[in-house]
Amino acid sequence: MEELLLNKTGKKLILLGNEAIVRGALESGVNFVSTYPGTPASEIGNTFFRIAKDVGVYFEFSTNEKVALEAAIGASFSGLKTLVAMKNFGLNVCLDALIPFAYTGTKGANVIIIADDPSCHSSAQSEENSRFVADAAHIPVLEPADPQECLDFTKLGFQISEKFKIPVIIRTTTRVAHQKMPVVLGPMPNVKTKKGVFIKDVRRFVTLPPRVLEMKQELLDKIKKIRELSEKSEINKIEGKKKAKTGIVASGVAYLYVKEALKELDLDLPVLKLGFFYPLPKEKFKNFIKGLDKVLVVEELEGFIEQVTFFLAKIANPEIKIFGKNLLPEIGELRTEIVVSAVAKFADIEYKTQDTKYKIPVSKRSPMLCPGCPYWLVISAIKKAVDVKKVIFGGEIGCYMLFGNSPINLQDYLSCMGSSVGIAHGIKKATNQKLITFVGDSSFFHSGIPPLINTVFNKSNPLIIILNNQTTAMTGHQPHPAAPVVPDGIKIENIVRACGVKYVKTIDQVNQEEMTQTIKEFLEKDEVSVIIANRPCIFVAKKNA
Amino acid sequence: MPKNIDQFNIVIKGVGGQGLITLLQIIAEAALSEGYSVRTSELHGLSQRGGSVEVHIRFGKKIYSPIVAQGKADLILGLEMQEGLRGAPFSNKKTKFLINKQINSIALGKSFSEKELLSIFKKFTGNITLVPASDICRAKLGTDVVSGIYLISLAVSKKLVPLKSASVLKAIKKIIPAKYLELNLKTFNLAKS
Repeated sequence: MEELLLNKTGKKLILLGNEAIVRGALESGVNFVSTYPGTPASEIGNTFFRIAKDVGVYFEFSTNEKVALEAAIGASFSGLKTLVAMKNFGLNVCLDALIPFAYTGTKGANVIIIADDPSCHSSAQSEENSRFVADAAHIPVLEPADPQECLDFTKLGFQISEKFKIPVIIRTTTRVAHQKMPVVLGPMPNVKTKKGVFIKDVRRFVTLPPRVLEMKQELLDKIKKIRELSEKSEINKIEGKKKAKTGIVASGVAYLYVKEALKELDLDLPVLKLGFFYPLPKEKFKNFIKGLDKVLVVEELEGFIEQVTFFLAKIANPEIKIFGKNLLPEIGELRTEIVVSAVAKFADIEYKTQDTKYKIPVSKRSPMLCPGCPYWLVISAIKKAVDVKKVIFGGEIGCYMLFGNSPINLQDYLSCMGSSVGIAHGIKKATNQKLITFVGDSSFFHSGIPPLINTVFNKSNPLIIILNNQTTAMTGHQPHPAAPVVPDGIKIENIVRACGVKYVKTIDQVNQEEMTQTIKEFLEKDEVSVIIANRPCIFVAKKNA
Repeated sequence: MPKNIDQFNIVIKGVGGQGLITLLQIIAEAALSEGYSVRTSELHGLSQRGGSVEVHIRFGKKIYSPIVAQGKADLILGLEMQEGLRGAPFSNKKTKFLINKQINSIALGKSFSEKELLSIFKKFTGNITLVPASDICRAKLGTDVVSGIYLISLAVSKKLVPLKSASVLKAIKKIIPAKYLELNLKTFNLAKS
């Protein structure tokens, strides 16, 4: 049996933040877990994929984050305890289903994990701060700082959801999700595979006017009650010196940097550590800032809490000086040395930063497609078939976003998943230029099909190359609907044909001659054309060998 | 070294595929078994495609941040010379460098010779131990996949890390899958001797 499943209350295990979330969900008796992989949240799904059967949990890699959430909504409506995990961009995909879910509320408890990636360590499209969702959706958001809190807050999330019948979001960041520390285990309930029951209740599950406005009122009432809980909750705590004129507010991993900074500067200042991002404990917050001359808000990315501080200070302490983004960056993750400097400036302490101006002459080591990656063969066929200067190349999210790196240089635009085809259509409609766009197999299922239908429906003629490496490679080789490990898997070519595309060919790119000729031929078509480059990722090939 | 240290900060630098996360697990597990507070940080994702990889391990009486602050590393372990050099911003005058005498060329970039790299190192540190871990492992064990294990075993036996050899050995036995354990134990003993 895996150590993660040990039923030994009080035992300390070194866990990754994401593993601690899994453990927290198991200790809460979760029944149903759905996800679409995305770093830095991927290990949550990967771990459940491995253990779900042993622990009586239903688990699925859904086709995208919205579908994952919808699956969980259905299971919650049927009375099951559900967990959904995704990276920040997944939240955007599922927002349409998420907001009404706050209105209907849950039946079985539901916790949603959203992992942000300040500094974009493994994110291409933007440095998104998912906190905006709290105000948009009126959903409680908890922010753990470390793996122990990942476990504890996941359990608290399930408790809040259970009590108030509302989904709860746990927002992590890379340095929380990929942090390890010894975590104290709690008891494991004896969960057996559970079937739910859907009991009809149109007042509860149907969002239609005029009922939908009543639902909004019910939601706001719930948030009011949860704010009372937030006021009393010990995860919003005040630490350090009692009677001081300066104080610090911190949340998430930033709190850990604040603790390091106080230690480094040998300072004792009161710190308000917020576990709830939403709803904030406004009274506790006001009491904290009431007696202070100045306060520093330490948070990563945009200053959401800083803005609230200005608002609350107007009522509680209009004279207070508020520091935050004037001392800390809005772009990129925080690090200890950044927070130490900011706290030193804030507290008027001389602090000499370490001299780190060594010139390191070593060149950047960019990630590159693996040696033997089947995509190399697509690249070589394209370079044989066309003058790459005269063709526009559409990029996408997946290993093939490395097509943007030298020496490949086949990527003229890149946005979110599924967008390469949608944007290709727009460019083809707007110009007379030639265009080849790439979409991965998993991306195609995620959100590439509606834009493909749009090219047929609204008549444009990009050449779309679906890179079918038979796995979701970049996030760690999770299966998708056409993966060979899936029994009776779906054939991508059948979908493309069913969408009304006439020019479709599935080619193993090892056949360079056929690949090159087809690219040349399809690029001249006046309708959309699709090549499915069908060759497994070397890791899949190795596994099947 | 004092037994109950306040904090000990390690930064390991290497390239994707060198097994840095396994090394992190071993050191973290050994530190936990000696009763220390432990925090680590790692990154997942695209880095496995041949990019630079960096992991942080901190242990001591009470550790908060999972990442080592600039200039605060006690030990920088480089599994490759150029990557080890990238650890410089974490170093101070007392920081020890333990570097694998191994160079993986950088696509599209200037690659340095061992001599050039060593002279750059010497500009900012006198505390560098260069060890041909990959060569030794290839010659004695037939593979360099364990060169990281060789280096941490060496670091412990040379007291560059204030952890007991026995704790690290126990951690190796816990972390390494049975299939590869014998090879790793051989590596541990080779480094010790």
